[in-house]
Amino acid sequence: MAIDILMPALSPTMEEGTLTKWLKKVGDDVKSGDVLAEIETDKATMEIEAVDEGKLLEILVADGTEGVKVNAVIARVGAEGETSAPKPAAQAAPAEKPLPVAQASSTVPAAPAVKAEADPDLPAGTQFESKTVREALREAMAEEMRRDGDVFLMGEEVAEYQGAYKISQGLLDEFGAKRVIDTPITEHGFAGIGVGAAFAGLKPIVEFMTFNFAMQAIDQIINSAAKTLYMSGGQMGCPIVFRGPNGAAARVGAQHSQDYAAWYGMIPGLKVVMPYSAADAKGLLKAAIRDPNPVIFLENEVLYGHHFDVPKLDDYVLPIGKARIHKAGKDITIVSFGMGMSYAIKAAEELAGLGIDAEVIDLRTIRPMDIETVVNSVKKTGRCVTVEEGWPQGSVGSEIAYQIQANAFDYLDAPVGRITGKDVPMPYAANLEKLALPTVGDVIEAVRAVTYR
Amino acid sequence: MAVRPATEKRSRASAPTSATKKTGKISNPAINYQVAEFDKDDELKAYHDMLLIRRFEEKAGQLYGMGLIGGFCHLYIGQEAVVVGIGKALREGEDQVTTSYRDHGHMLACGMDPKGVMAELTGRQGGYSRGKGGSMHMFSREKQFFGGHGIVGAQVPIGAGLAFADKYRGTDNVSVVYFGDGAANQGQVYETFNMAQLWKLPVIFVIENNRYAMGTSVSRSSAQTDFAKRGESFNIPGEQVDGMDVRAVKAAADRAVEWARAGNGPYILEMQTYRYRGHSMSDPAKYRTKDEVQKMRDERDPIEQVRKRLVEKGWASEDDLKEIDKNVRAVVTEAADFASADAEPDPSELWTDILR
Repeated sequence: MAIDILMPALSPTMEEGTLTKWLKKVGDDVKSGDVLAEIETDKATMEIEAVDEGKLLEILVADGTEGVKVNAVIARVGAEGETSAPKPAAQAAPAEKPLPVAQASSTVPAAPAVKAEADPDLPAGTQFESKTVREALREAMAEEMRRDGDVFLMGEEVAEYQGAYKISQGLLDEFGAKRVIDTPITEHGFAGIGVGAAFAGLKPIVEFMTFNFAMQAIDQIINSAAKTLYMSGGQMGCPIVFRGPNGAAARVGAQHSQDYAAWYGMIPGLKVVMPYSAADAKGLLKAAIRDPNPVIFLENEVLYGHHFDVPKLDDYVLPIGKARIHKAGKDITIVSFGMGMSYAIKAAEELAGLGIDAEVIDLRTIRPMDIETVVNSVKKTGRCVTVEEGWPQGSVGSEIAYQIQANAFDYLDAPVGRITGKDVPMPYAANLEKLALPTVGDVIEAVRAVTYR
Repeated sequence: MAVRPATEKRSRASAPTSATKKTGKISNPAINYQVAEFDKDDELKAYHDMLLIRRFEEKAGQLYGMGLIGGFCHLYIGQEAVVVGIGKALREGEDQVTTSYRDHGHMLACGMDPKGVMAELTGRQGGYSRGKGGSMHMFSREKQFFGGHGIVGAQVPIGAGLAFADKYRGTDNVSVVYFGDGAANQGQVYETFNMAQLWKLPVIFVIENNRYAMGTSVSRSSAQTDFAKRGESFNIPGEQVDGMDVRAVKAAADRAVEWARAGNGPYILEMQTYRYRGHSMSDPAKYRTKDEVQKMRDERDPIEQVRKRLVEKGWASEDDLKEIDKNVRAVVTEAADFASADAEPDPSELWTDILR
């Protein structure tokens, strides 16, 4: 049977082109790889190569013809004496024929609803001990490394130096150099090596000395770690934790003071955790290490030394994706996470003195976001202020405000207030740095504005 | 620098010894023409495997022209000897393979099913990624093929990470990372070279030097065009190999694999090869002359070299070869038919495989 040669598409957008000239004539023998003709598009001149072997039986579109539609039959190749078989519709114009789809529907299926698990109930009589966030993070890693030999820690100065911020202090002694690995200063490279190890089924904890340096590695985090499960149709998986301090420390200037919560919070395929308290830091880091997905774990240098009560339990694991109501209240909902919580909590205390009873929600996880807890609270209070250190445009607060207006519009008694860092690179001067960051006063002011008091 | 015709006579004289000496010293980066001994079965298998890739790619080009394959499509025609020769030195399903977006040949050489690969190219549910990855993003855990990466150079640290896992677990598997002369200028490649040698990771870096990074020739993009030397400052041994001769590729791969399996660390193989087609389907390849391409096809074609030897040695008649071609075409046609008729993914697939 003779084979139809079709006008090819040479780019994703090409619809038609000019058949400039034939390089073979009727009767010529052609074999695969032979150039049959030249065609021209608005972008380029290209050659059509033969795929099948035989004799050029017919030329149906002459040299110099313009506006030849993609998939039009331009020639036939076959054995001598053959005629073209009746053209099946699919070959003549596959572009016009609807593709076989499993479901002939152009409507976008709804996203599956995700229901966050509640925190586990603490056993009766659970004791608490005061610990710093630093100690909590260290314990979480050590416990998980004891539990699972596939868990290892890599990063700059994590081993012999005992951690730039001493989070990994003592881990080298306990687990040895095979599992606590000093890397060269090469974020892009070691993030990629971590991703490869995770593809192979190991469970790396990749420490960035700060998330500011992870910008060097963001391609591996997003394009490789976050997207590969999807791009592989569910085959690959990347059980990895990227962790380290995030956001402003103190007087380190613009390149070392940036909050990435909103950046990573946008990416499907990632989970993003940003704890405030030591208990949450411990329970959520353990959960992150066990999670089969890539988890961005955003810590804060200022909080490392803060003390919190941590449950004295052998295996304290918290659910990723669940917000925590830090303080119940009825007049307004204040939503924050990470370092922002310290402003929110102090503001709530002062607001109580003004007769405003604030409910404070610690989001804890940025992605997946527990918007249900926020919405339920706003339905009760009718007002909301968000607090974070990151920049305003495209901030986490912006997303929360969107979700509230979409899900609790009728319950709102005032516009949602949003406190963020100022829309400037972080200045170095002490006074300017203070002005660039949110303050307790900013939060109080915003709450008073939306409560009209 | 030019890829010259390999002759068995010349090759024997310059067998490198870097792999066998295990000194970690840099081998002489002159092009290595040593070839592996191929018996009749080896030659026939190589012929079949390379022809399968070529016919598959020709068909993919055709389906692209018909609008059945969308987006970007990068064909491997001309470079077939590289993946087939290296594949012969690996343990299928154990050693890991990672590459860039020009990945169809690598997948076929790993033993992946042509139907599943082609159906992924057409974005159908029977594709390796259920239609969600496309030409540049395909994977097979079963065959230990770890992509298919669309970002130039990103596969290099990932491949080293797979080798890290091999070493961590104490296996003697090796990881092969393919990348091009273009990717060889990416920073993360050198970050990876450094750590791979520092930690003695069992990874083989195969630089497929096809002379053009998209449209920029090696001489216009690279201060050091001798890619085998690119590991020199990290003490990674490297050699230049005639990547158009499948036997030379196999011989070099054997040395590299032996080196890495034995725990000596990484190894660089610069494969001097050539792509006949443009960078992608929409590239008219104006940056080189037609004569250059034609000369390569006429004088250096990897499949033609094997065909000639098979006939000269009396290991296959023209009819035998036609029979192989017929069988290969049948497999490719079956793959194309499947990929054209298979259903698109169910709309519910939009929301699956985002998180586990």
